[in-house]
Amino acid sequence: MIYVVIVFLWTSILLYILLGGADFGAGIIELFTSKANQAKTRKTMYNAIGPIWEANHMWLIIAIVILFVGFPKIYTTVSIYLHIPLVCMLLGIIARGTAFVFRNYDAVKDDMQRLYTPIFMYSSLITPFFLGIIAASSVSGKIDLQAKDFLSAYVYSWLNWFSISVGVFTVSICGFLATIFIIGQTDTEQSRLHFIKMARRTIYVVMFSGALVFLAAYLERIPLTDWIFGDIPGLIAIVAASISLVIMFIALNRDKPILLRLLAGFQITMILFAATYTHFPDIVLLKNGQNLSLLSHQGQARAIESLAYALLIGSVFILPALVYLIYIFQVRKDNAGSH
Amino acid sequence: MDDFLAARLQMAFSLGFHIVFACIGMVMPFFMSVAHFYWLKTKKTVYKDVTKAWSKGVAIFFATGAVSGTVLSFELGLLWPTFMEHAGPIFGMPFSLEGTAFFIEAIALGFYMYGWDKLNVWFHWVTGVIVGISGLLSGILVVAANAWMNSPSGFDYLDGKYLNIDPIAAMFNDAWFSQALHMSLAAFVSTGFAVAGVHALMILRGRNVTFHSKAFKIAAAFGTVAACLQPISGDISAKDVAQRQPAKLAAMEAHFHTERNAALLLGGIPDTAGKKVNYAIKIPGLLSFMATGDFNKEVKGLDSIPKDEHPPVAVTHYAFQIMVGLGMLMVLIAILYFIAIFKKRQWLSSKWLLRLFIAATPIGFIALEAGWTVTEVGRQPWIIYGVMRTADAMTPMPGIVYSFYLFTAVYVSLAIIVTFLLYRQITMVGKLYDSSLKQTNS
Ligand code: HDD
Ligand code: HEM
Ligand code: HEM
Repeated sequence: MIYVVIVFLWTSILLYILLGGADFGAGIIELFTSKANQAKTRKTMYNAIGPIWEANHMWLIIAIVILFVGFPKIYTTVSIYLHIPLVCMLLGIIARGTAFVFRNYDAVKDDMQRLYTPIFMYSSLITPFFLGIIAASSVSGKIDLQAKDFLSAYVYSWLNWFSISVGVFTVSICGFLATIFIIGQTDTEQSRLHFIKMARRTIYVVMFSGALVFLAAYLERIPLTDWIFGDIPGLIAIVAASISLVIMFIALNRDKPILLRLLAGFQITMILFAATYTHFPDIVLLKNGQNLSLLSHQGQARAIESLAYALLIGSVFILPALVYLIYIFQVRKDNAGSH
Repeated sequence: MDDFLAARLQMAFSLGFHIVFACIGMVMPFFMSVAHFYWLKTKKTVYKDVTKAWSKGVAIFFATGAVSGTVLSFELGLLWPTFMEHAGPIFGMPFSLEGTAFFIEAIALGFYMYGWDKLNVWFHWVTGVIVGISGLLSGILVVAANAWMNSPSGFDYLDGKYLNIDPIAAMFNDAWFSQALHMSLAAFVSTGFAVAGVHALMILRGRNVTFHSKAFKIAAAFGTVAACLQPISGDISAKDVAQRQPAKLAAMEAHFHTERNAALLLGGIPDTAGKKVNYAIKIPGLLSFMATGDFNKEVKGLDSIPKDEHPPVAVTHYAFQIMVGLGMLMVLIAILYFIAIFKKRQWLSSKWLLRLFIAATPIGFIALEAGWTVTEVGRQPWIIYGVMRTADAMTPMPGIVYSFYLFTAVYVSLAIIVTFLLYRQITMVGKLYDSSLKQTNS
């Protein structure tokens, strides 16, 4: 049963990165779009993400619930030592969620929009940045349970070049996902070309910030290269991701939005796989080397079992409904558009 | 302020904030569905207008409820890690099921909000009802988790270890039913009165009267019926508390001495040091009757409970008085409204009845917050009743005071913006939603 739970945990994280990430990316892209194109970007994005907006962010909650029910020790250790970046991320989530709704549902569209829009754009950037920091800090081995003073217990646990570079990398991934996604949502050839150009740029940014991660890992003496290239499955995943990136570059100009999305999804899946495979079943690496593992720090058998059943039963309800929702609003619309 | 107090207050504010949005998010979809049903049946556009206006409101509240809820699920660990480390696996069942309920709610809301003119009309209507049902279900599930903190079960506690966990038994603890029932009704009462009050104000001002009258009727119907049921369910809760948490009952009633034929106190200022209540009206025997169903039975007082396990008496007592007082007031308003509907139709068009509802706009929510204060403060000093103390559950990280200030500032500004937004929704009804007006204008 524990493996059912682990698969759900991993899948929720992946889906949160993919769907939530594309969603954050929408705000990030808007931030980096020239004023002239901003309104257009916003409209296209909103039509695309509006109906599934709520559902995208549920994956984070599912992951958190799985953690505190199934792996309480892991949840609490992270909560204690990464308190500060977690709070920053939460502030980002609050600001973004509310600003999104305010700007789309305010009865009057007036100067207030000038308040909502920047809040929305900047919080779209900040939230994944801290998410990246949190993810990186949990594997960077900087969490020190023996720390005596405030700074080394609660600040240096996350404030280092490696975590920051992963934060930047996460932000660029979000932007990348959003541009790839939006290519299929455009209604004119001109804006399609515009977003293709943009997608190409975000790919460069992703590659550049990815390189930064390796550099930062080197500076912080984190054996990232060993982790990723050290074992065969991780290596295969990275090679597969690179190949698909090449295919993506070729496919960018062809009118194949679904293929592009699949490729982008594939690449992120492979990156997450490579990043988590080497440590499995460890998920939080501590300074003293006594890592927190999904297997040895799982909750009692009955708790895991009922969690697994709750998740299985839940997915029987959720998946068909979600697929139907996406079908109705995405596929049908696409067809209607092409006629 | 010390960190411990700050942490408790931060938790209380976050929950107090979330609960308002959660209640509206779980009750408004029902109002909406009723209006929507009338539209489908009667084809009177005013009902469609009401439905659409309300669904905008629901979307605003849903998102605010969702983000504040997301914050809560992290806050439990950020503030109370020791609690979560032990409680997580035990009371996690409702939370894992809740995930499903939320998901269904979010998906159904997606269908509903974007499905006008796209879906089969009845399928579209059903998705609205599903939003309501799954919202209510998630409310019931979280309350079951909270009830477990009041009435821990589903595990054996031996030498500081939590053994033989049974998450299902933990979910169906002794308190879940009475709390879930009382809470669900409270959600209808508070939302019903708040929505009715707002529309009553608009009728009184003579704005879009047909629109607001229809909306008022639907909200008032839900609010008043639930208000009349609330004392019955409150009585069930009180009997329940008397059994499982005598210390809480004693604090609610500022009942210092164990006695038979115990009197119910109305008002009064508890004097904890002197162990007495000043200036209260006493109704002999009624407390015994409320707690046990018998005027002569004994009711445990605070003197039967070790001193270091006493909850704060004054806060609990005042909160309880506020809840019951406002509850009774709403029953009264409900009765007047029923008389108006069934006997004195002329009252319905009179100003005083509208004014009464306008004055009652916030009181449901005040009663709701007061009720939660009773439940949560009355459980102190325990976070898991009789098992773990709140003080032992706290995070070791210093400086929670600053996080408290930060979150308070955020919540206050959010509350202001949401109020502003709703105000604009309501004043713009004429332009945006009232199609009878639109036609005459164009
Ligand atoms: C509209 C709101 C509202 C109204 C009018 C009332 N209540 Fe209430 N009450 C709540 C809203 C509420 C609540 C906020 O929903 C609580 C907090 C926890 C819970 O389960 O419900 C609550 C808790 C609560 C408890 C504590 C339960 C526990 O700790 O397990 C008792 C004994 C009562 N109520 C009793 C009453 C009585 C006798 C009322 C008579 C009119 C009453 N309530 C009206
Ligand atoms: C939404 C309605 C709720 C409100 C308004 C509310 C209110 C409060 C208040 C006033 C406190 C502070 C008590 C004190 O320290 O004196 C508190 C504490 C707390 N509540 Fe609630 N509560 C609600 C529901 C819940 C639920 C559903 C849960 C969990 C499932 C919960 C978990 C906690 C925890 C963990 C604390 C901190 C520890 C403690 O003080 O005992 N609450 N809440
Ligand atoms: C008695 C207290 C509570 C009630 C009645 C309640 C009810 C609800 C409801 C009905 C929603 C749906 C949002 C909406 O429709 O507006 C919601 C959202 C949420 N609640 Fe609460 N809740 C309570 C306390 C809590 C606590 C203590 C937690 C966390 C531990 C929590 C976590 C969440 C989360 C994560 C969401 C967001 C889900 C979404 O995106 O829809 N809630 N709550």
